[in-house]
Amino acid sequence: MDLTREVWAVIHGLLLGTLFLLAFGGALAGLWSFRPGLVTTKGITERVTRLKVGLGAMAVAAWATVITGTWLVYPWYREKLAGEEYELCAGLAVPSEQCSARDFLKSNVSGDTEYWHNFGMEFKEHIGWAAPFLATSAFLLVLYYGPRVIARPWLRTAIIVLLVGAFAAAAVAGAYGAFITKIAPIS
Amino acid sequence: MKNSTAQDVQVAPELAPLNLPEKPDGPGAAMMISAGIGIFVLGLTCILAEASASTSTFLEWWAFDLGVGALAGKTVLASLAYFGSLALFWALWKNKDVDVKKVFYIALVLGILGVIAMMPPVFKLFAAE
Repeated sequence: MDLTREVWAVIHGLLLGTLFLLAFGGALAGLWSFRPGLVTTKGITERVTRLKVGLGAMAVAAWATVITGTWLVYPWYREKLAGEEYELCAGLAVPSEQCSARDFLKSNVSGDTEYWHNFGMEFKEHIGWAAPFLATSAFLLVLYYGPRVIARPWLRTAIIVLLVGAFAAAAVAGAYGAFITKIAPIS
Repeated sequence: MKNSTAQDVQVAPELAPLNLPEKPDGPGAAMMISAGIGIFVLGLTCILAEASASTSTFLEWWAFDLGVGALAGKTVLASLAYFGSLALFWALWKNKDVDVKKVFYIALVLGILGVIAMMPPVFKLFAAE
């Protein structure tokens, strides 16, 4: 077992990905209740600072998640080791040094697993990248407009739409990542 | 329609003591459209990689033999499109009051089209024979 691979898979999915998904709840609550009459002038300043820090952290976490996923973990997942007919995967219950996670899923040697690559991984590897674009734009909008967001319900809604879109993209990618890792862990 | 600071203070009197300066909506619109463009380019490259072997090879070139495959080119180009369009529209609209609602809806359509194009059953429809 290669511990480096295990560690990077954990950093990508469990630390960075989870940080992003958890921060979403705080950011959404902060934006949702950022309305006239609910916050004092002093409260507006504090709330805007908190939103800037929170959304900035979410954007950084989203970029770090997709970069580590694409450039570190994904090459290990997609190694072509098992041959054209995945003959080195025969009889295995999990991927091995001769049968990468992708080979294992496509070989169907442990049940009908092909779907998890053909739809799950192929969708996950792309949709996840929508999260940093959307989270960065949501962060920049709060950074630019600052306290003005409280007076502009439409703008606040637009930022929430970007944030929810980023969350949905990360959640779909994260859910497929968790299921795929359960069936075919990177090792 | 442009939102002025005076209008903002009318809606939220709590803003008055902050003495906020006027800000044009152009940069805000740039931030919205760039997200839509980034996602759209990512979806488009999924289709192009499937439809053309030479495009797929070009996208794989961006992996620099690190084993990422065509995903490298797709994501690098989408990121360049995101940051490039952000910089371009920010510069173009820096001092302008652009209709942010209109721009947001355009970005939303681009984003939805991009996500549809990223779905394997959709981009595989364009697979070269």
